[in-house]
Amino acid sequence: MSDSVISVRGLRKSYDELEAVRGIDLEVFPEEIFAVLGPNGAGKTTTVEILEGYRDRDAGEVSVLGVDPASPTPAWRERIGIVLQSTTLEPALSVRESLQQYAGYYREPRDVDEVIELVGLGEQAGVRARKLSGGQQRRLDVGIALVGDPDLLFLDEPTTGFDPSARRQAWEMVAGLRELGKTVLLTTHYMEEAQFLADRVAIVSAGEIVALDTPENLGDRRRLPTTITFTVASGTDLSGVGTTGRPEASGQAEDGRVAVRVSTHEPVADLNRLTAWSLEGEIELEQLEVRRPSLEDVYLELTEA
Amino acid sequence: MRSLGLALHEFRFAQKVFWRNPASVFFTALLPVLFLLIFATIFGDQHIDELGGLKVTTYYIPAIVTLAVISATMVNLAMNVTIAREAGLLKRGRGTPLPPWVFIAGRIGNAIVISAVMVVVVTLIGKLLYDAPIPWERIPAVIVTLVVGAASFCCLGLAMTVIIPSREAASAITNAITLPLYFLSGIFIPESEIPDGVLSFANHFPVRDFFQAFFSAYSPNTVGSGFEWGELAVVAIWGLAGFLIALRYFRWTPRS
Repeated sequence: MSDSVISVRGLRKSYDELEAVRGIDLEVFPEEIFAVLGPNGAGKTTTVEILEGYRDRDAGEVSVLGVDPASPTPAWRERIGIVLQSTTLEPALSVRESLQQYAGYYREPRDVDEVIELVGLGEQAGVRARKLSGGQQRRLDVGIALVGDPDLLFLDEPTTGFDPSARRQAWEMVAGLRELGKTVLLTTHYMEEAQFLADRVAIVSAGEIVALDTPENLGDRRRLPTTITFTVASGTDLSGVGTTGRPEASGQAEDGRVAVRVSTHEPVADLNRLTAWSLEGEIELEQLEVRRPSLEDVYLELTEA
Repeated sequence: MRSLGLALHEFRFAQKVFWRNPASVFFTALLPVLFLLIFATIFGDQHIDELGGLKVTTYYIPAIVTLAVISATMVNLAMNVTIAREAGLLKRGRGTPLPPWVFIAGRIGNAIVISAVMVVVVTLIGKLLYDAPIPWERIPAVIVTLVVGAASFCCLGLAMTVIIPSREAASAITNAITLPLYFLSGIFIPESEIPDGVLSFANHFPVRDFFQAFFSAYSPNTVGSGFEWGELAVVAIWGLAGFLIALRYFRWTPRS
């Protein structure tokens, strides 16, 4: 475990009466993109700000790049890059000037023009920050965090409030950081974001980690049943279908048809049985769909109080 | 050595940001000049008997220099540092290897350079338009007074950020503090027109003391070196108090 970039054991933090973080353990490894996923108020930002050296903690052991962030040193600051929850830019400076200003703070900064290309702002290099779109401002924000050439990057809700295309662009940029060999700790309340970007995801709810795994395996997703849905004419006898999961009428469809749902752990075999039954009995199946449990299902199940 | 270079780096960007902000440029650089031109036009060639027959226009030069220095230091820092704090820029700066004092030093350097420019501009306008003499023989007193004043009002500006809760409140609070003091201290209205009771009240605040000290250093009627150590001490004590308050209570993170 000594090769981990971030190591957290039993982290706790309260504000007056409110217990914001109630015993979090996690480990982030080199060159990993690690997402902390959770609803607003789950304790994500408190946790990240403790790791960034902004907040003190009540209890627990924390090591970030081998240093306790409660006593940050300039040498440690050289190795981390931070994107705060809200965009923080000097509106009067251009993209290039903003990056030059922050580059000056580091002993071995990354080349400013290279960073401009990295965050896809080549055409806006001379544009002042106040004139950039929200998505472009956020990319400049990430550029500023990258200009010190950090080993570890913190991104606190990097795409909150974005439209879908700006979000997609931001994702591609963050995914590109993997090629630079950066370790990234990301917080988000978007499931798709965690799914698209992260190697591993910790779901946080009410100050605790309720699940921690790869996006594919999260919350025993493989063990949750697959759902097959279709519609049949109303009055159809479903007793002869023969699937392992019992067909259940799940509601009224259009044209007097009935929606039916089958919950199954053998989706392929059951689909075969279902279609065979349909062909033999000349029963028409419409709107046939097979759906694996989504990360959203898992997330909602885990974070519902 | 590296810290000094960083402070210079920070100063360069503080300058850029200042000159690109129309509100800063107007209130800090243009408004004092505008005040000077307006007052000089209204009061024309009057003389102040109580001050040995001093021309009113000559009176207004040190008055407006006082105002300009306070604007460039205390008002400018109180507003711009608060705005930077509320925008999260101070917090972000703390997340970099930049030593915190360098961040502040860059902005103080900016305030002092703008003060110096304003002193030169106002004094030159006085000389060229109103034949107000440049006090060459008292230059040591002029420089010492300006340095003590600018440094003290910088500290007071940083202390003011402690009481300003938000970006919106910044200009209201700074104006509520400075404008009445300008009136009461003889900056806007010649002190010969102000009742003694009011002046002795104003004497409790550093605007009046700074003005008196600078007036002595500047005025052609002054006899001697022009140093007003008593007033300068009061200004310095205010500055020190501001420094201690800022040191103890300064916030790097947004309040709202």
